[in-house]
Amino acid sequence: MPPSPAPTAPDAHSWTVKVREAGVEALPPEKLLPDGQPTYVASWIYMFGVASIASLIVIIGSGSILALKGPAWWHYTGVGHFFNSIHMWAVELFFFVMVVHLWGKYWMAAWRGGRTRVWITGAIIFLVAVPTALTGYVSQQNFDAQWISTQAKDGLNSVGVGAFFNVTNFGQMYSWHVLLLPMAVVLLVSAHVLLVRTHGVVPPFELEKRPEFAPVAAPAADGAVSAAGQQS
Amino acid sequence: MSRFSRMIHPKDDTQQWKGRYYPYDLVKELFIAVGVITLLALVLTILFSSPDDKPSTIAQWSQQKPADFTTAAVKELDGTSPTAEYGPPYNHNGTGQEAWIIKPQKWLGVSHPIDTELDFVVGPLETIPGDPALTAALAQYKTAPEKQKKEWAEAYAKPLEETATAEEEKKTPPNTVTESNGTVIVKTSGNAGPVPVMMTSLLAMAKSGGVDGSLLTSKQFFQTDYTKPLLFMADGGLLSERAQEQHLLGDQWGMMNETGSYPGQAWLWLYALWYQVEPFKSSENADILVMIIMGVLSLAFICIPFIPIVNRVPRWIPIYKLIWKEHYRSEQSA
Repeated sequence: MPPSPAPTAPDAHSWTVKVREAGVEALPPEKLLPDGQPTYVASWIYMFGVASIASLIVIIGSGSILALKGPAWWHYTGVGHFFNSIHMWAVELFFFVMVVHLWGKYWMAAWRGGRTRVWITGAIIFLVAVPTALTGYVSQQNFDAQWISTQAKDGLNSVGVGAFFNVTNFGQMYSWHVLLLPMAVVLLVSAHVLLVRTHGVVPPFELEKRPEFAPVAAPAADGAVSAAGQQS
Repeated sequence: MSRFSRMIHPKDDTQQWKGRYYPYDLVKELFIAVGVITLLALVLTILFSSPDDKPSTIAQWSQQKPADFTTAAVKELDGTSPTAEYGPPYNHNGTGQEAWIIKPQKWLGVSHPIDTELDFVVGPLETIPGDPALTAALAQYKTAPEKQKKEWAEAYAKPLEETATAEEEKKTPPNTVTESNGTVIVKTSGNAGPVPVMMTSLLAMAKSGGVDGSLLTSKQFFQTDYTKPLLFMADGGLLSERAQEQHLLGDQWGMMNETGSYPGQAWLWLYALWYQVEPFKSSENADILVMIIMGVLSLAFICIPFIPIVNRVPRWIPIYKLIWKEHYRSEQSA
């Protein structure tokens, strides 16, 4: 049977078409990957957002190599120890640039103009990154892992978390570290970046309208104002 | 809109940007950033590497500190060790930590059951074959009433605990405990029944590595759960002694440190801070109190856009003038 010709008009009842059209409407390609930025995006502080993503890429890359070879590999090979060091320092860099990024966004009050969800996803990424790192520390299979796990258990047990998240169980912690928590971080980062692209980078405070100690820019309901992000 | 609504959700005059744009290559920027971070991680790796101190084992512990091992083991037997008295999620021998009426440790119950007497002492000893003295001692111990078992274990534990306390307080210990060729001889004032034979056998088994294996493979051949050997070791002094040398104890901000002079989990500084100050420092419920505080602060961190005053500070303290210096300068010159 010969293939039927391509449909001339999309089927309005197709779920696929509906998802595609909603996606393109919310985030058209030129907004998703812009080739222009507002002129106010001109400070070194803006580097720390992309540096956070870059660190995450290096973490996942080095972590994937460690996962491919298994959890014990890095203890008895020089190459393994090298990749473990890359992984560890990328984590340190990730937290450093992410904290600077968060402070920068705080001082910009970057939740303004309908960007509340951008702030919330960013804050949650930091909070989810903390147990992601902790599960890495307790999966090291060395003295650090022994000590950190026996200490961390008390805090987690005290709030009942230890009942289902046992830091002294290497197998469970390794699963959380290499799959579940990184997946959560990547999904959250993806949502955060898409929200940034949807709403654009928060514009500066307007100087002439700034009365000292008066109600000023603060959160608005998400989607109330969609600023920037448009191509010149 | 009520006054409260205005406080948490004040007027937002942020406008959509109608000004100029400059050419910008997002993908190129990402590639450059990955290159720079990779280079930085590479330089730090070459300069500092990463720590990897070998783990301790029960065999090492029993060889290096036989009296400490025996003290911990007999406390597991008489139910006075930290693990034996822990409560949930390991056993019902304690209530766990609580804050006012909040008792999640108790509510969640025992999910990883550990009977220190059976799991750490009697169970491993039962795997030793061909030792008639031990077999007889175990039979005597297992058939004795609970009160008798307790009296035997306490009679054996008393001199060990007195010696440990004296050493901790840097006083001269009594001559009731002596170490000779890796064995521990305990002079008891009361009747310790079969406990001396059991402890001597357990020490010998531990030195050969048998207890490490026994605690790991008690359920199945393939094993990844180190809860039992870790808790047993944590009841002794070897791990904490190593931790103190590596500045990892709780009062040394240990929660955020790692071995060597590496930065560790510096992002846990606020969590570690509470353990350094009163009333948390000396509280029996320090862990749950600190976790509750950190939970509230984490929620506040997420909700910053809705917190009055905190959400206005960026407007009042003009750090934004530094961030958007170029923008304001070009606006004024225009």
